[in-house]
Amino acid sequence: MRTRLQNWTLLLSSAALLMFPLASSAQLTTSDIQTRIGAESHVGNVTGHAKDAAPDYRRYCVGCHGDLGDGNGENAVWMQPPMYQQPRDFQLGVFKCRSTPTGTLPTDQDLYDAITRGFDRTNMPQWNTLSKQERADLVAWVKHFSPRWATEKPGTPITIPPEPEVTPERIKAGRDVFAKVQCWKCHGVQGMANGPSASTLTDDLGRPIAPFNFTDGSRPKCGDTDQDIYRIFMTGLDGTPMPSFADNIKPDEAWDLVFYLRTFMAQKSKEKEMAKQLALKPVDPNAPAGQQ
Amino acid sequence: MRNRYNLAAVLSLVVLICCGGLILNQKVNAAGEGKITGTVKLDGEAPHMKGIDMTKDPFCSKAHATDPAHLETYVVGAGGGLANVVLSIDGWSGSALTSTAVPVFDQKNCMYTPHVLAMDTGQTFKVSTSDQTAHNIHPLPNPMVNVGWNQSQPPGAPPIEKSWKNTEIIPVQCNIHPWMHGWFVVVKGPYATTDGNGSYTIENVPPGSYTVTAWQEAAGTQTQKVTVAAGAAATANFTFKAK
Repeated sequence: MRTRLQNWTLLLSSAALLMFPLASSAQLTTSDIQTRIGAESHVGNVTGHAKDAAPDYRRYCVGCHGDLGDGNGENAVWMQPPMYQQPRDFQLGVFKCRSTPTGTLPTDQDLYDAITRGFDRTNMPQWNTLSKQERADLVAWVKHFSPRWATEKPGTPITIPPEPEVTPERIKAGRDVFAKVQCWKCHGVQGMANGPSASTLTDDLGRPIAPFNFTDGSRPKCGDTDQDIYRIFMTGLDGTPMPSFADNIKPDEAWDLVFYLRTFMAQKSKEKEMAKQLALKPVDPNAPAGQQ
Repeated sequence: MRNRYNLAAVLSLVVLICCGGLILNQKVNAAGEGKITGTVKLDGEAPHMKGIDMTKDPFCSKAHATDPAHLETYVVGAGGGLANVVLSIDGWSGSALTSTAVPVFDQKNCMYTPHVLAMDTGQTFKVSTSDQTAHNIHPLPNPMVNVGWNQSQPPGAPPIEKSWKNTEIIPVQCNIHPWMHGWFVVVKGPYATTDGNGSYTIENVPPGSYTVTAWQEAAGTQTQKVTVAAGAAATANFTFKAK
């Protein structure tokens, strides 16, 4: 009898423990959210209005992101990590794809780009079929879910210097940056997402998450231009284990790293050709810091 | 005419004395500030702390080759003194920022030193690294209370300076080394953290009656009422039971 009771308490307490990280996510009511229905967005010369986005949101977004924008739409239960990522909880106001430093709100343009681009390897498709005005309205709608927009301004976008010419020297220098800041701890020495820390990663809500695999042909979630890749590691992907490297990588080194990362990717590129000619070896994870 | 001048002189003298008195009084108050001191103990035997397997990172396992690392959920010193307990004052209504000190949270041998870092709201603190392996410093506040961030600190990275706006108990983690887990405890007003023997002193507490809160990451919180007399030390001892 006693053991049964103990079993129950153990079960209940472990259930409580498991639920803890999820319980920290926000819960706002419809009336909280309704107070911000006047939210606006400014994308280029288009002004978006949250109040105009309701029909589109109900039609295209609510199934996953939910009535309250908390990512608990009726389809969300079918998206289990780490195979699928769960829909974003807009109430938290924390976003992966930003042009702004870690810990700051993204710009309206960032949200607009995310909606337009969609997220590779997730259930979020590209919404470039919606008009510019509709997407701008949806950006305002996304913003109206979180109280953060009422009290904070978006961060200042990071400055990305013009892209230099790719050279074999730059690719080699990029390899040194990759070794120095130890990208391989999660992404692996060949960018195959098999670094020593890859298997234990969790997102901010405690759900398992995998590092980006550069080699399997998939596209980075926050865009696949050279500028996008530069932005990803300099701003970090908030809400995930991917930190910001803005304090540790200089702008010039950052371009070198972009070129080196391209050599891992399945897609054909100038960088890949050059790396082949250089016969570059993967970095040695056991080499002491600073000695590759 | 002369009388009038006298009156003005007397009046200004009175004003001067009053002002002086006010200024002096403040100084008297400052000198009269008391403190709250005490010991936090753990009742009964210290729970077993599991060892940490750091073989995944050769730098970390080498650093602990002779001194194996353990979890730090309960750090119990001689005589049952409980370390890493944060003591603060409930509903502090005094000056906004009570200390100009800059607390430091260091990443050393793949552990957080200290394991628990207490600070005032708005107080600047530093995150530094002493390790020759890359860390990412990733506090996880409730986004509705404070704004989180996630920054890398590869070997030789300069310290990061940060502060928190609101009171909150914020877990901190390194995603690269999943065993690395610590706490930022953001309180309002004066605070103290217990040392290895469980002792603490909250300095610069003006005379008055207060409720002291003691927080331990696993055992929870306890409160106690104390009265601080001018220039004297009030005592508040706590005993926690391991959960």
